[in-house]
Amino acid sequence: MKTLRHIMAPGKKRIAHVFMLGAVISSVFIYFFPLWKITLYAPQYPQGIRMYIWIHKITGDDAYTLQNINILNHYVGMKDIDPHAVPELHYFPYALAGIIFLGIMAWLMKKRWMYLAWAFVYALLSVMAIYDFYRWEYDYGHHLDPKAPIKVPGMAYQPPLIGVKHLLNFTAISLPEWAAGFMLVSIILGFAAFICCRSTSVKEQINHHDLLPADSSQASVLLHH
Amino acid sequence: MKPIIFSRPMTQVIPMLAGIIAMAGLLLASCQARRSSEAGAINAQEAAQRVYVAPGKYDEFYAFMSGGYSGQVSVYGLPSGRLFKIIPVFSQNPENGYGYSEETKPLLMTSYGFIPWDDAHHPELSQTNGVPDGRWLFINANNTPRVARIDLKTFETVETIEIPNSAGNHSSPFVTENTEYVVAGTRFSVPTPQQDVPIDSYKKNFKGVLSFIKVEPSGDMDLAFQVIMPGFDYDLAHAGKGKSKDWVFFTCYNSEEAHTLLEVNASQKDKDFVAAINWKKAEAYIQQGKYHQMPGTYYDNRFDTSTQTARSFVHKGVKVLIPAECPGLVYLIPAPKSPHGVDVDPSGNYIVANGKLNADLSVFSFDKMQQAIQQKQFDGEVNGIPVLKFDATLAGIVKSGGLGPLHTEFDDKGNAYTTFFISSEVVKWKLGTWQVEDRQPTFYSPGHLMIPGGDSRKPWGKYLVALNKITKDRYLPTGPELCQSAQLFDISGDKMKLLLDFPTVGEPHYAQAIPASILMPQSDKIYSLANNRNPYVTKTEKEARVVRNGRRIDVYMTEIRSHFVPDNIEGIHLGDTVYFHLTNLEQDWDAAHGFAVEGNRDNAELLLMPGQTKTLKWVPQRVGVFPFYCTDFCSALHQEMQGYIRVSAPAEQVALSWSTGKE
Repeated sequence: MKTLRHIMAPGKKRIAHVFMLGAVISSVFIYFFPLWKITLYAPQYPQGIRMYIWIHKITGDDAYTLQNINILNHYVGMKDIDPHAVPELHYFPYALAGIIFLGIMAWLMKKRWMYLAWAFVYALLSVMAIYDFYRWEYDYGHHLDPKAPIKVPGMAYQPPLIGVKHLLNFTAISLPEWAAGFMLVSIILGFAAFICCRSTSVKEQINHHDLLPADSSQASVLLHH
Repeated sequence: MKPIIFSRPMTQVIPMLAGIIAMAGLLLASCQARRSSEAGAINAQEAAQRVYVAPGKYDEFYAFMSGGYSGQVSVYGLPSGRLFKIIPVFSQNPENGYGYSEETKPLLMTSYGFIPWDDAHHPELSQTNGVPDGRWLFINANNTPRVARIDLKTFETVETIEIPNSAGNHSSPFVTENTEYVVAGTRFSVPTPQQDVPIDSYKKNFKGVLSFIKVEPSGDMDLAFQVIMPGFDYDLAHAGKGKSKDWVFFTCYNSEEAHTLLEVNASQKDKDFVAAINWKKAEAYIQQGKYHQMPGTYYDNRFDTSTQTARSFVHKGVKVLIPAECPGLVYLIPAPKSPHGVDVDPSGNYIVANGKLNADLSVFSFDKMQQAIQQKQFDGEVNGIPVLKFDATLAGIVKSGGLGPLHTEFDDKGNAYTTFFISSEVVKWKLGTWQVEDRQPTFYSPGHLMIPGGDSRKPWGKYLVALNKITKDRYLPTGPELCQSAQLFDISGDKMKLLLDFPTVGEPHYAQAIPASILMPQSDKIYSLANNRNPYVTKTEKEARVVRNGRRIDVYMTEIRSHFVPDNIEGIHLGDTVYFHLTNLEQDWDAAHGFAVEGNRDNAELLLMPGQTKTLKWVPQRVGVFPFYCTDFCSALHQEMQGYIRVSAPAEQVALSWSTGKE
C-alpha cells in the first residue's frame, strides 16, 4: 500500500484540484434540480400528488399542485403553502452562489486548508438548511387555524423530514431529490480534496528536485533510494 | 333508353311481402330455438373472462354509440360494455345543464329557432389517411337536419351546423379519407327550395339534396356545396378510400318517386341505385363557377373553448351543382331492391350495397366501375345522370341465405360481416370468394354493426358489436319499455363468438370505436383557468361581485371546495332577472361543482368542470330567501356548500349587497 500511495503521490495535488472542480460543478447543478420531494397518496389520489422543493421555488406535478394541496390542507386548518412567503427561497440561491464563488476561489488557490474550510462551512450550512426545512414543516403541521372544519384532537400534520408518515387519509413520503444528492457530492468532494492533498509536501519535494523529470515512475524509483 | 328497373305488377307484391313476413317469423322462431344450443359454443366462464376488466384496469376501446332518439352520444368501454359518459349533442341535458346554460343554448339554435331535441343516428370518427385519428366525432341530427362535431379531448359538443334544403338528414355524417368533407344526404326528398306545393306534385317539384360540409384543419365546419339529385330517398353513405378516395357513395331507395304508402309504392322496382359522387370533380366545378346560388338560411353554432361559450352564425344561400350540367360528377349504379347500407372495404375497391328487401348482397368493384365509365357502359340516365350497367360494375354476389341485409363492416383479414335484420343474424363472408364463412344469431333484429375501425382502411378486427333493435326476454323486464341492446362478439378466430350482451341508452343506431391508446393520452383533465376568456369569468374570490344593470342582475360567483363567493346576496327585487355566472376555481382533475337555485322555472342546474364558467338565468317568482347549493358531491363539506339569495318586493328598500364569511 505504501508503494501505491507513493506512486500516486505526484498526482495528488492534481487529483485534489479535480475533486474541487467537481465539487463546484456539482453545486452548480443544484440550481437545475429539486432538492426534496414530498409525495402524498390518498384513496382519492391514487396517482399521488408530488410537491418539489427547489433551492429557489416550490413546484408540483403541474402548475396547480400547490393550489390543490392548499385546498386539501384547508380542511384541517393548515396555512396556504405560498412560495412567495418563504424568505429562504429568495436568499438561498444567493447563499449557494456565495458557496460556489468560495469554491472557485479555493480551486484557484489550491490551498488545502481552504478545501477543508469550504467543505466544513458548506456542510454546516446544509445541515442548517435541513433544520430550517424541518422548522417550516413543523410550523405548517402544528400551527392550525382554530376554526378549522376538521379537528382531530392531538393530531399534527407535519410531514416527515425523510421517510413515510400516515396523516389521516394521506400517506406522506418525503425524500431527498437530485439536487440534495449534488449537494452531498459537493461536500464529499470538498472533504476528499482536503484528504487527498495531505501528502502535498512529498509531491513538492519531488517537483523541486531539479535534476529529475517529474515523471511518476522515475519519482517512485527515487523514493526507494 | 330506360334504366334497368324491373317493375313488378302490384298483385305480386303482396304475396312476396307476406312471404317475407312469414319467413321472418319462422327464422326468428328458429333463432330462439337455436339459442340454447348456441350458448354452448363458448363456455360462459370463458366469455366472462374475456370481457372482464379488473378493477383499476382499462378497457381496450372507446365505443361511441349514437343515442338515436335520445339525441345524444353514449361512450362505452369495450370489451366490458360499461357506460362511461353521455355526451349531450342535440338534446338538452339536465344532468350537466347542456342546452340550459347560456353558454350552450346557442348550440341548439336553428333557422326554426331553438330546437332542444333530435334523432342522432350515425357517429363518425374523423380520419387521417382513412384511419380514425381521435380528433373529433361527428354525428347527424335526422329530424331537423344538422351535423355536430364533438371534440375528443373534452368529449364535448363544439359545433352544430344546420343543413338547408335537406330533410331527414340520414345519410350523414360520413367523412372522406382525410376528413376533407363530411357528407349529409337527405333521406326525404322535399320541394327544393321549400315551397307550398301539392304533395302529389312530388315527381315535378321534389328533389333530394346531398350536402358536402368542408372541415377545416381547426375542425370548423362550413357548408361548401350541395348536389341536386332526383327525388329519391337517400339512405346511407360512405366515402371511398385508397383508390376510391375521391368518391362518396350513397344508397337510394324510392327510385319510384312515390309519395304515399312507401312500404308498397317504393318497393316496386327490382333495382334502386347507389349514387357515386366524385367530390374532387365537384370541387373543381365549384372553382370553375359552374354552380347556382340557391336560397337557404342555416345556422352554424360554434363553441369557442377559450370563451367557453357558443355563438351562432347565420348564413344565407348555398352553392348547388346540377349533375346534368356537370359531366362526370355523379353516376348511378343499379343495386338490388331498396338498398340500405353502402360500405366500402378497407382496400377501397369493393362497395357493398345491401338490398334490404333482397336476400343477396351485391358487391361492386371500383375498378370495374371506372372501366365502365371509360367505356361508357351506360344503361340510360336519370335526370341527366348516367346509369352504369349493373353487370359491368358487379364484382360478386354473396348468396347469404339470410333475409334483410342491412349493414356491412370489415375486419383486417379480408372478411366482411353483414347484419340481417329479418333473419336476425350476423353473417361473416369472405371478400373475393363471396362465400359465407360463419353466421351467428343476434337477439334480436340488428340494425348496424360495428367493428373498431371497421369502416376505415385499418380495422382493429378483434371485436364486433351488433346493435339490436329488440331485447325482449334478454333482461329483467322494465315495464312496457325495454332498452335496446348491444351484443359483443369475438371475431379474432374463424368463428364469431358471442361474449356479452349489454343494454344501451336510447337507440344505439350506429357506433364507432377507437383504441383507448389513441384517446387516453390526449384527454383533457381540466380547463385552464388562466386561459378562460369567458366574458363573465371570475378568476379569484376577490373579483366576485354582484352588479345591477336596470332590471338585470349579474352575479359573478366562484366555487371552490367547499364554498361559494358570495354566499349571501341581498337587494334582488321581484321583476329582476338574475344571471348567475359561476366559475369553478378548481384546477384539479375531477373536482367538479354544481349549482342549483330554488324555483328555477325555465332552466336546469349547472355542472362546472374545473376552470369552467357557465351562466344560469333565473327569474325569481316569489318574495323570500332562496337557497342555492352545489349539486355535485364535491368534498367532505359538500353539504355545507350552499348560500342564500334574498328576493324583496319591488317597493322594499333593500340595498344590493353580497358577502361570504361575514357573521
